[in-house]
Parts: sequence; structure tokens; C-alpha cells
Amino acid sequence: MHLHKFEKIWLTFGIGILFVFLAVVGVGAFAMGHQPASSIKTIDPEKVAETAPFDNPGLVHIEGNKYELNLVAEAFAYTPSTIQIPKGAEVTINVATKDVVHGFSIAGTNVNMMVEPGYVSTYTQTFSKTGEFLVLCNEYCGAGHHLMMAKVEVTE
Amino acid sequence: MINSNFKVDRNDGKLAMAHFYVAFAALLLGGTAGLLQTLVRSGKFTLPAGIGYYQLLTVHGVLLGLVLTTFFIIGFLFASLSKTAGTLSSKIRLTGWIGFLTMTIGTASTATTILLGEASVLYTFYAPLQAHPFFYIGLALVVVGSWISGFAMFTHFGKWKKANPGQVTPLLSYMAIMTMILWLVATLGVAASVLIQFIPWSFGWVETIDVLISRTLFWYFGHPLVYFWLLPAYMAWYVVIPKVIGGKIFSDALARLSFILFLLFSIPVGFHHQLTEPGIDPNWKYLQVVLTFMVVIPSLMTAFSLFASFESYGRSKGATGLFGWFRKLPWGDARFFAPFIGMLFFIPAGAGGIINASHQMNQVIHNTIWVTGHFHLTVATTVLLTFFGIAYWLIPHLTGRVMTKAMNKLAIVQTIVWTIGMTFMSTSMHFAGLLGAPRRSAFSTYGDSAQAMDWIPYQIAQAIGGSILFIGIILVLVIFINLAFFAPKGETEFPVGEVAKEAEKTPMLLENWKLWVGVLAVLILIAYTIPFVDMIQNAPPGAKPFKHLL
Repeated sequence: MHLHKFEKIWLTFGIGILFVFLAVVGVGAFAMGHQPASSIKTIDPEKVAETAPFDNPGLVHIEGNKYELNLVAEAFAYTPSTIQIPKGAEVTINVATKDVVHGFSIAGTNVNMMVEPGYVSTYTQTFSKTGEFLVLCNEYCGAGHHLMMAKVEVTE
Repeated sequence: MINSNFKVDRNDGKLAMAHFYVAFAALLLGGTAGLLQTLVRSGKFTLPAGIGYYQLLTVHGVLLGLVLTTFFIIGFLFASLSKTAGTLSSKIRLTGWIGFLTMTIGTASTATTILLGEASVLYTFYAPLQAHPFFYIGLALVVVGSWISGFAMFTHFGKWKKANPGQVTPLLSYMAIMTMILWLVATLGVAASVLIQFIPWSFGWVETIDVLISRTLFWYFGHPLVYFWLLPAYMAWYVVIPKVIGGKIFSDALARLSFILFLLFSIPVGFHHQLTEPGIDPNWKYLQVVLTFMVVIPSLMTAFSLFASFESYGRSKGATGLFGWFRKLPWGDARFFAPFIGMLFFIPAGAGGIINASHQMNQVIHNTIWVTGHFHLTVATTVLLTFFGIAYWLIPHLTGRVMTKAMNKLAIVQTIVWTIGMTFMSTSMHFAGLLGAPRRSAFSTYGDSAQAMDWIPYQIAQAIGGSILFIGIILVLVIFINLAFFAPKGETEFPVGEVAKEAEKTPMLLENWKLWVGVLAVLILIAYTIPFVDMIQNAPPGAKPFKHLL
């Protein structure tokens, strides 16, 4: 099939940029480890409250600046609802839901992941700025969806 | 084009018009819901009479995302086939009516459950929130009805091919069939999910549902759904607009090739809607991200082809200089102006789409109101303004009327009103989304959180934009009713462009349906088989229904 000369230039340039772009995204994902939340850990959705670590949710100090934050999501609240995190902490956040799908998001950070019954959602984030951050649910979960929230306070 | 009709047959016209009545009724109701949503989110208005925000949101999504689009598209495709591949036989037309009735009954069933407040699950109906069984049955009927109409179209096209062996098929019919193949393959996913998972579960015949499988089947359908909206708009851009401006189609072969590429790369890509979900290996997500981005290629081809048509026309009218041709375009003709503005909006819409589908950047905007801003540019501006542009000649063509100068002027005003309203609404949605404001949420200050307070001015701007857009809806309904019932009698042209003389002959390889559907099947199997088997093998215990949360 014949292509017009200008179209050849246009497509070569466009497709060239496309592959550069995909390479950048790929290097970010595989060489630098920037993958979206993709935990494959499962949990019985009816036994979240009895399953460790969600039987005792909250922030746990692991070592150095490493922490683990375990949260339970249910319509229409997070447990715990206020979380204090020391500045500079590298926190692995685990969230599990007792009922429907929720969207765990901390506004003003890159933490944003789906929480689905049967799975533990996990993402690691370093909190390098102090202040109060709003944790909200960004996936529709029922009549009180817009009231579902928690607070993260990052302190010195 | 041996048996191309000068006019769409009267009876075929009635079938198409029936679809348009439902589509524009859906626009009125769904648009009203949209207006109320933006008012609620401004924080200055509360809904009367026990109407729920999420009930309205379900009405809005179902009526505009599924009903308006599907009915308009099927009506347009029937009209295009009747025009370019000959009048429908009475059996095929009857099949089309059966498809229409099935879809309409389905819509009524779904709408009733939503109005009764038994189905405020939004148009994506994510499990384990559970709606009334007739919500799902209604949706299944809409899909089945569209299949019946699709098979009527395939049969009609097959007859043309039999009567014209070895001939290149009419371009508009080819594109119509390509659109229906895309729809058929895509809806297999959502139909499987609704029939096998949701309906038995909503009746209580099975106790639990696999949430991740249901979401994966939904998004296997959900992304090609947007291309099902877009391809009919591309039909108008490639075939109709060149004729409207008085130019030629740049290349028949490249137009067909771009449709094939859209078919291939719009389906095996649903994971880019599930990038932040647990249970899916990130390597498979990345593979589907790469496949998603392949649609950049036919998009670039389309942009080139359209602007080549515009420039060649302008130069044939004596335009000089680099952009002199731009001034020669028929700016006063709503059949051109509305779709052209739609094309311009597709530039920022496409750029936003690249961000959405990017493996990492997605998590910055996922489920924020940025995404709402994005698809109000794509489907609610690019596609919708093109559909309005189609209606401005197709409705009078079918009803034996002509669009008056006053109505044409009103249509130009409508397009400008839409542009202003959408610029307000979509821009403020994009900005609020970047700050983290969620989509699909009623008004909330989140306990007077400082961050949530920052979003409120943007929400007020959205309400202003939404109100302007509602005026646009009223204007287009006035035009629709005028063209359907009151415009002066006369003949309106169904514009079908001719291919430029210097364009190459179309290779028959592009007509090899079995080959392309085969390639598509292979791509789908590559993209989905292993992760899907993983989901089944490593499935957690299923989820019980939650009805009381609605």
C-alpha cells in the first residue's frame, strides 16, 4: 500500500516517539521498580477481623525508618481513622476490606490503589513532607461513600 | 458502488428514526441527571424528594454511556448500510425491529429498577454491591438486542458481497460492519459476566461472586466500548465530512487499515483500567499498556488523513501559504462545524488518555475526577458533537425535510455553548483531580479537611459548566424536534464522499474478515489467557452480596 511522503514522515516520527515513550515507562517499571500496586496476596473476606495483621490494625515499626501500616476498610470507615507517621518513614501500607470494593487514596501523595474483597492491597510510600493528609475512598461503595475517610499526620 | 441508493429507503428510515427517538430521550433525562449532579457537588444544593445522588449518577451513566450511544450508533449504522449497500430486505428490517424492541425492553427494565432505588450501583455495577436482578436482566437484553441488529447488518453486508463478487465493498458499509464486529467481540465479556455471574448471584442461586473476574470481564468490554463510540464518529470524519466540505476522501485503503488497527488494539487492553488492582501481575499490566498505546498509530493516520482532506480542498479553492486553506473551510455549516470542534477537543482528550493509560502515572489520577473530565472530552464532546453533526443532515434526510438557515445557526450556537460549558467543566475536573478530588462522590468536606476545601472552588466551576452544558442539551433537543417534525419538507443529501483520483487502489487483503478477526483472537488470547487462568487458580473465597449499602 502506498503512503504519501508526508504521511511517511509523520508516522515515522509519531511511532518513533511512541516507542521512546514506552521504553521510558518500561525502564521506570522494570529497572527502577515503579510498579503500580499489584499485590497477589489473598485473604478470606469474611475473616478479615480475625486474620493477622488486620486483627490489630495500625502502624507497626519494623526497623530503622521502615514501618508497616495495616488498615481495615469497610463501609463507610477506615480503621484506624487517625494515623501518626514520623517524617521520612518508609511505610508499607496493607489494606483489606470486610465488605465491598473500596479505593484507598491519600490525597497529595501517589498512594492510590483499589481494595477488593479477597485481596490484600499493598503499596510502599515514603512520607517526606510533614502535615495532615486526607485519606479517602475513591471507589463508590454505597450511600455513605463520600463520608469514608481517615487522616494521616506526618510529624517531625 | 453498484446498488448505492440516492436516498435511504423510507422504511429503513423509520427503523433508524426509532433508534434516534430513544437516543434523544435518553439525552434529555441523562443530561438532567448530570446537571443535578454538578449542582449537588457545588455544595449549594440538596436533592429534593428523597432522590439519591448515586441514583442520579446511575441514571446518568446508564442513559448517556450505554443507551444514548448504542441506540444512536445502531440507527446510524442501519442508515449507512441502507444508503451504501442497498435497501434492507423485509426480513432483515424485521430483524432490526426485533433488535430495537429487545433493547428498548431491556432499557425499560433497567431504568425501572434504578428509579425504584433498587439499583444505585452505577453503570459499572461493580460486585459485591448488588442490584435488583432486573437491572442485570435489562442490561443483558440491551446487549442481546444489539447482537440481533448486528446479525441483521452482517447478513445484509454478506448479501451485497455475494451480489458483487470480487468488488471492493462500499467504505461506509465496511466501517459499519467493522464497528459491529468490535461491539460483538467486546460484549462477549460483559455478557458472560452478567449471564454467568451476576444474574444467578442476584437471584440467590449462587451465594458468592468472584469480584476480580467480574471486573476483568467488565473492562475487557469497557475499553472497546469507548472505541464503539468513537468508530461511528470516525465514519463521519472519514467519509461524510470530506463530502460536506466539497472535498475528497484522501485514501480509501488507509481509512480501512486504520479501522482494522482500531479493531485489533482496542480489545486486548482492559488491564489499563485495572492498573492499581490487586491480583494481577504487573508484567501483564505492562504488556496491555503497550498494546493500548498501539492505537496511537491509527489515531495519527486519522489525524493526517482528515487534515490532508481539509488542506487539499482549501488549496483546490485557491488557498495559498502554509495555513491559507484553513480559512476556506465552511465554518458556517453546522454539519462541518460541530464535528470539527469535536476533532479539536480530541487533541487534549488524547493527551489526557496517554496519562491515564500509563503504567505509573495512572495512579496519580486513578478514580479522581480527572478521569471524569477526560471522558467528558472524549465521549461527551468529540463523539457527541460529531453525532449532533450527523443528526443535522441524517434526521432531515430520513424525515424528508430540510434544515432551515435559522436551525443551522442555532446548531452553530449550540456548538459554541457546548464548547464554553465543557471548557469550564472539564478543565476544572482535570485540575481538581490532580489535587486528589475523587470521582463518583457526592458533596463532602471530609470533616472540613484543608485539602478537600481546596477542591470546592473547582466544584463550583463544574456546576457553572454543567449548567451551560444543560442549555446546550435543550438547544440540540429543539433542533432535533424541529428536524424530526416541523422543518419544511424537502430533500436533504446523505453526504458520502468519493475517493480522491490520485489515491491508490484498495488491496483486497483489507477485506479479509476471517484473517483480521483471527489476528484479533490471537492478540486477546496472548493478553488475557495466563493472567485470567491465574485469577481462577489463585482465587480467594468469593464475595457475598451487599444490598443494604445502596
